[in-house]
Amino acid sequence: MILARPRQVSSILAGLGGARRLAVIGCQECVTVCQAGGRKEVSCLAHLLRIAGLKEGLPLMVTEATVARQCDTAYLAPLDPLVEQVEACISLGCGVGVQFIAERYPGVPVIPGVDTVGGGGTTAPGVWEERCAMCGECVLDQTAGICPVTRCAKSLLNGPCGGSSGGMCEVDPDLPCAWEMIYRRMKERKSLDDLRSIRPPKNWVSSRSGGLRRVIREDAMR
Amino acid sequence: MSFEPRIIAFCCHHCAYGAADLAGVLRLQYPANIRIIRVPCSGRVSEEHILWAFANGADGVCVSGCLEGDCHYQSGNLRAGKRVRILRNRLWDIGLEPERLRMFNISAAMGSAFIGLMQEMTDVIRALGPVAGSGGAR
Amino acid sequence: MSTGPQTDKKKNAAASRLEAVLRAGIFAVTAEIGPPKHADGTRIRRLAAELKEYSDAQNLTDNQTAVVRLCSLAAAVHVLQAGGDPVLQMTTRDRNRIALQSDLLGAASLGIRNVLCLSGDHQRFGNHPEAKGVFDLDSVQLTAAVRRMRDEGLFLCGEEIKAPPRVFIGAVENPFAGPVELRVLRLGKKIAAGAEFIQTQVVYDVPAFSEWMAAVRAAGWHKRAFILAGVIPPKSDRAIRYMSRVPGITVPDELIRRMERAADPLGEGRRIALEIIRQLRDIEGVSGVHIMAVNWEDVVPELVAEAGLYPRPRISTTQGGGDSDAAGH
Repeated sequence: MILARPRQVSSILAGLGGARRLAVIGCQECVTVCQAGGRKEVSCLAHLLRIAGLKEGLPLMVTEATVARQCDTAYLAPLDPLVEQVEACISLGCGVGVQFIAERYPGVPVIPGVDTVGGGGTTAPGVWEERCAMCGECVLDQTAGICPVTRCAKSLLNGPCGGSSGGMCEVDPDLPCAWEMIYRRMKERKSLDDLRSIRPPKNWVSSRSGGLRRVIREDAMR
Repeated sequence: MSFEPRIIAFCCHHCAYGAADLAGVLRLQYPANIRIIRVPCSGRVSEEHILWAFANGADGVCVSGCLEGDCHYQSGNLRAGKRVRILRNRLWDIGLEPERLRMFNISAAMGSAFIGLMQEMTDVIRALGPVAGSGGAR
Repeated sequence: MSTGPQTDKKKNAAASRLEAVLRAGIFAVTAEIGPPKHADGTRIRRLAAELKEYSDAQNLTDNQTAVVRLCSLAAAVHVLQAGGDPVLQMTTRDRNRIALQSDLLGAASLGIRNVLCLSGDHQRFGNHPEAKGVFDLDSVQLTAAVRRMRDEGLFLCGEEIKAPPRVFIGAVENPFAGPVELRVLRLGKKIAAGAEFIQTQVVYDVPAFSEWMAAVRAAGWHKRAFILAGVIPPKSDRAIRYMSRVPGITVPDELIRRMERAADPLGEGRRIALEIIRQLRDIEGVSGVHIMAVNWEDVVPELVAEAGLYPRPRISTTQGGGDSDAAGH
C-alpha cells in the first residue's frame, strides 16, 4: 500500500487562506489501512477544524466524505455536488488522491491532509515500514528479495558502504544494514557468488529522473 | 453574567458511574455543569466522541474509567488513557488548552472523590473560559 | 613482506609518484590533508610543501563527513602547485555521473594523477543534513567508470574520449565494518572493477586488521592491488574516545586507557601510531600506510622519520604535465 502520515492540523489551518466552507475527503484504500486518511480520520479532522473555527468565533462549515478510491475518477464523480458548495477541499488521500481531486476541480484549492511516504506495509500494530522506493526498475531478483534502493541510505547496488557497524546502518543505529541482510540471506541460500558480480550503473530514467512515468498497456485498453 | 461551562463526563458503568450513583445516594451535590454519559467501558470512548463533544459546544470533557488493573475488560481504561494523552496533544496543536480534556481513574466506592474531581474540573474550565470565541489557532 | 602487485604489462610508465613508489616495491606513505571550511588555500599549500618530503602522495578529502569545505579538486591543484602528488578523493554523494566524469577530465588536464573513489559519508552527518544525497553511482561503479575512461577511452555512455585521463585508481575499504567475508568480497569487487590501490579505514585494532588481511591474502587480492593501511595518531583521550564511537571504527580499550593515563598525550599518541605502523609493516600484503592526521598534520614528519620511513625515495615520473601529457599528441 501507499504509506502516509497525518499532517499537523495547525499547518492545515494555516493553509486555508480564509476559506470557511470546507470538504474533508477521505479514501478507503491505503490511507485507511495506515490509519491516516480513512472515514475515522476524516471525522476527527473535521471536528478539530470545527473546534478551531469555534474558538476563532468564525465557524467553519465542514462537510465529510470518504470515497472508495481517490485515485479513480469514477469514484470522484459523486463528489461533484458537494465540492460545488465549498471554498476548499482537504484531501486525506495520498499525493495521487490530492492531485486527482485538484484535476477534477481546478477552481477549488485542495490542501493535502497527509504527507505521503512511499510504498510499504504493516510490520507491527502501529508500525508501517517502507519496502518499495518505486524506482521503476526492479533489482530484487539480484538481491535475494531485499531492496537496497529502499533500505540502503545511499541506495548502493554493489554491497555495503564502510559505515555499517554491528550489522546496523550508520544513519540510524536501529536500522539494519541492507547489504548485510542481503549477504546473510545469500549465504543461507549458498548463492554468495551472485554477490560478486558487479552491477552496472542503474538507469534512473525509470525512477525520479525521467519526468512523469506512465504505464501504458494495450491489452488493458478499450 | 458569569460563565457556566458545559462539561461532558464519559463515565464507565462499572466504576465512575457507580461512584456518581453513590454520591447521589449520599445526597452529595455536584456541579450542574456536568453532563454524565454512561458508557460500558471508558475504552468505548473514541477520539471521535470526544471531539464531537467539543465541536458541539462542550467546554471540557473528562473520561472516567476504573482504577488501573481493575478494568472489567482488562485494558479498556488503559486504552482510554492513551487516547486522551494523544488527543490532548492534538488539541494543543490547534490552540486549545489541553486541560480541557482529562482522564480520571476511580472506583465505584469513591463517591466523594468523584464529586471532588467534578468540582475541580468545573473550577478549571470556568477559569479557562468558553471554547467559543476564545481566540485564533496557535 | 610482499613486494605487492606485479606491474601491469600494458602500462609502461607509472601515472604518478605514488604508483611508481608502489610498483618499485617500496613501502609507501600517503598523508591526508583536510581542506578548510573557507576560501583560503594558504594552509593547504604550506602543508603540501611540508608533507611532500615525508609522504609519497597527499590525499585531499571531498567534503569530509559531509561538511562543506574547499573542494578536493581545487585543493589538489594547490598541492600540485606546492610540488606534491595529490590523491583526488571523489565521492558519489554530491555528484552524478556527468559531474564525476567531468571532474575527472578536469583533474587529469591539470596534472592530477591519483584518484580515490568512494561513496562518501552520508549527508546526515554533515552541516547540511537536509541535503538530497545524489548516489547516482556507487563507489564500485565509479571505480569501474574511471578505469573504463582511462583504459578504454570511453565515457560511461560508450562515447569515445579523445584524450583519456591518465590516473592511478584507488578505492577504500573498512576492514572493521562487518562480517570479514563480506568485507573481503566487496574489496574484491572494487579491485575487479579496476582499483589499483586501496586505502583502509584507520587501524587501531591490529589483530582484527590482521584477520582481515589473512582473508585478503587467501583470496589473493593483495597481489592485484596495493593495500595501504589507515593510521590516525590520537591527539588526546577525547579524540580517541570520539573515534571509538564512530560507526565502523573499533578501538581497543587498552589504547583508550593509555591515552587517558598519559602525562604527555601528544607524545603518547605519536608512540601509539608508531607502534601500529611497525606492526602493520610486518603484515604480509600491506604495501604502505595512509596517515590521516587531520588537524594534526604537523605530526607526520616526526612520525615518518621515527618510523624509519624517511627519507622518501626520489623517483622520477613523467608526472607534472597537464593536458599535453594526457592528450598524447
